[in-house]
Amino acid sequence: MEKLMQDLKVQIIQQLNLQEVKPEDIGNDQPLFKEGLGLDSIDALELIVLLQQFHNIRIAKPEDGPNVFYSIRTMAEYITAEKAKQA
Amino acid sequence: MSQQGIYINATCIIRHQSVDKNRQPVYAHEVPQADLQDFLRGLYDRFSGQYPKFHKMDLLSKLGWAATEILLQDMPMDQYAPEDTGVILANASSSLDTDEKYFDTVQEIASPALFVYTLPNIVIGEISIRHKFKGENAFFVAEQFDIPFVTGYAAQLLESGAVKAVVCGWVEQYHASHEAAFYLMETAPRGMALPFSAETAEKLYR
Repeated sequence: MEKLMQDLKVQIIQQLNLQEVKPEDIGNDQPLFKEGLGLDSIDALELIVLLQQFHNIRIAKPEDGPNVFYSIRTMAEYITAEKAKQA
Repeated sequence: MSQQGIYINATCIIRHQSVDKNRQPVYAHEVPQADLQDFLRGLYDRFSGQYPKFHKMDLLSKLGWAATEILLQDMPMDQYAPEDTGVILANASSSLDTDEKYFDTVQEIASPALFVYTLPNIVIGEISIRHKFKGENAFFVAEQFDIPFVTGYAAQLLESGAVKAVVCGWVEQYHASHEAAFYLMETAPRGMALPFSAETAEKLYR
């Protein structure tokens, strides 16, 4: 899980072009949107693309988005659960 | 002939990876023939910083955003109501550079981040968000920079009282080719305080 969270931070920085943010600046439980990392609605779409491109996971229910993308940890938990389903 | 009560108060010209503000050279990239992305990052570091959204913009928006940043240095706009400030811009290549990049992504997964820049007037939005402009705006696409038309349009807005200040000019970018020529036109003199005429605007462009 720790390795996956670290990878996600690097992928998010790359995918969202967060050039002034370093992986260590992003807390595992820090909210990614609004008061946290300050991501916006276009970033949310890019996160969906990121899940597809890097992890081969599609968000089946759009209403799950806010919970899945709440933080690095919730993303990692979702990826882990989906990979387990695929196995 | 100059138009009474309208002034060109500042200019910013960016071409060949160098910048003139009010006809004075203020920046030249230290690496000649640098990548346009690197040149624009250099402008951001030198004249702005602390605006993370900049890194997400396409090249056209970065160019126009940076030109406005330099144009308005030492020219505060907070005396104006947001509705009193306008932006009128033009270029030749529209958003073609980003359109092509977006099209390349469509073959696999279409990029939302690129898609939002597939219109030329997005640069006006980025400038307006940064400086809280909410007045008249327009973006024209033409083969060449028609200075009498663009500055005349801005002057008409000022003359009619629709706005009190306008950022106007030319912002062209396709691949590495780039040019921005921005004017700050206002109803009150400050800075360069040149009475407006199309001839004066043309001289400042050369």
